[in-house]
Amino acid sequence: MAEPLLQVEGLVKAYGAVRACDGVALQIAAGQIHAVIGPNGAGKTTLIGVIAGELPAEAGIIRLAGRAITRSPVQARAKQGLARTYQITSVLPRFSALDNVVLAALAQQRHAFGFWRPLRREAALAERAAAALARVGLEAERDRPAATLAHGQQRQLEIAMALVAEPKLLLLDEPTAGMGPEDSARIVALLKALKGGLAILLVEHDMDAVFALADRITVMVNGRPIASGPPAAIRADAEVRRAYLGEDAA
Amino acid sequence: MRDLWPLALVLLAALALPFVVAGMDLAYVVGIATRIMIYALAGISLNLILGYGGMVSFGHAAFFGTGAYVVGILSTHATYGEPLTTWPFEVGGTEQALIAWPLAMLAAGLLALVIGALSLRTAGLYFIMITLAFAQMIFFFFVSLQAYGGEDGLSLFARSQAGPLDLGDDRQFYYLVLALLALVLFLKSRLIEARFGRVLQGIRDNERRMRALGYPTYRYKLVAFVISGALAGLAGALIANQTEFVSPAFLDWPRSGDFIVIVVLGGMGRLYGPLAGAALFLLLEEVLAAWTEHWMIILGPILVLLVLYARGGVWDLIAGRLSRRKAGADG
Repeated sequence: MAEPLLQVEGLVKAYGAVRACDGVALQIAAGQIHAVIGPNGAGKTTLIGVIAGELPAEAGIIRLAGRAITRSPVQARAKQGLARTYQITSVLPRFSALDNVVLAALAQQRHAFGFWRPLRREAALAERAAAALARVGLEAERDRPAATLAHGQQRQLEIAMALVAEPKLLLLDEPTAGMGPEDSARIVALLKALKGGLAILLVEHDMDAVFALADRITVMVNGRPIASGPPAAIRADAEVRRAYLGEDAA
Repeated sequence: MRDLWPLALVLLAALALPFVVAGMDLAYVVGIATRIMIYALAGISLNLILGYGGMVSFGHAAFFGTGAYVVGILSTHATYGEPLTTWPFEVGGTEQALIAWPLAMLAAGLLALVIGALSLRTAGLYFIMITLAFAQMIFFFFVSLQAYGGEDGLSLFARSQAGPLDLGDDRQFYYLVLALLALVLFLKSRLIEARFGRVLQGIRDNERRMRALGYPTYRYKLVAFVISGALAGLAGALIANQTEFVSPAFLDWPRSGDFIVIVVLGGMGRLYGPLAGAALFLLLEEVLAAWTEHWMIILGPILVLLVLYARGGVWDLIAGRLSRRKAGADG
């Protein structure tokens, strides 16, 4: 097997006595969507935070494209090809949709200590930002302040902000959370269209979305991965059904 | 660019003022106008970190006062011909504006670098308190500086010398302050639209997000803090020249409060807000203080009403919908 893009081994993250991640291991191949599912409090969001570098890991190793990034700060990981979105939408409310993405694109440059030339006249950045907005289907909303966008649109905007960095791995924390079925379907279609171009670590509660998108699924319960495999195998796994899927089926 | 015409009007009025009032008590009117511009400059410097950077510094008087003291101390040494220091080589005082004013900015900027480097590790209420604490330390430092007047302050023998200009002439000093104010406003109008300014505003709106995008936000905030401190130092250098007197009162915490009021009154994150804020604040003080010494009783409710009903401050009320629509996108 080729070297995986992301390799996580023995990851531990504790809050006091509670081990939110307790020996998590997973591998994501380039271009694949890897879903992480599990009941609330299983440590899925913590896992994303640790991989993104926002939370320090107590033990374990994270490798991105073969390079250990376990101790790298958020910024360094972002520059090496990691991007994430948040479970709670997090955009710059007073900036237009386009300017949100422009700032995300600018973050890729070596620095942003420009004091003279107006940012809105930097055509190269604006073009990249507009392209990313188009990829998520938001080109018509480019000049609207992010605060005035609908919830689903803000999610799309977040994904555009992540995409403009051309990440190798996108960490998506419940991209369809709090959405109606229509918006949900739009996000699923969007992720399907992105598939193959980059790898995605997807934390999601909506099982229809997970089984429609994922190449592999890891099931987490109480901070531990209890199963990992292709969707069909996970669906058939008795322990998973008992621990998690059963709740839905009952 | 269309909304620039009210500004052009203000500029024209400012240019004409010393001639229009020639018949009246010139020193009085021009003096107030100069003071308004100097406080506007201090407000503009605070607005950069408060309005555009979301950093509520409650210690801005430290930079203002430091700038004033640099000019005052250099001028005193020049007057009495005493060197500032004789080791490792002799350094004398100076009355040259071209030397003293940049030094005032440098000193205030360096102070801002130290205070900012420590304070910016905190946020929110802690940031407010720690900047206040630092400013009070500087205040007591100057109070205890007996060589330079201690509590009583320091009188300047004359205003700074600036080439062919005679700054002792109120009108010439007025025009120099006006020119500096216009220059600073122009530079700031570039800065806030450039990369740095936009990143700073992004940090104000959602710092966690900016950090996740890969911005080392601390560095950007610190640079803004230093620029802001240096500009406040320039305002301090000017106020020392205008009053020809420097005292620890320039550094005391109520002064920091005044600057915040000027920014909030005028409109946080509005380029020209502190201009309107300083004018309103000082004119109200001028008018109301003649009537009662408790003039803050009137100003207080005005401030509360503005904060409740016009978050963009007086500037948005004046500039009307045009500017408010822009503000929606620009902050």
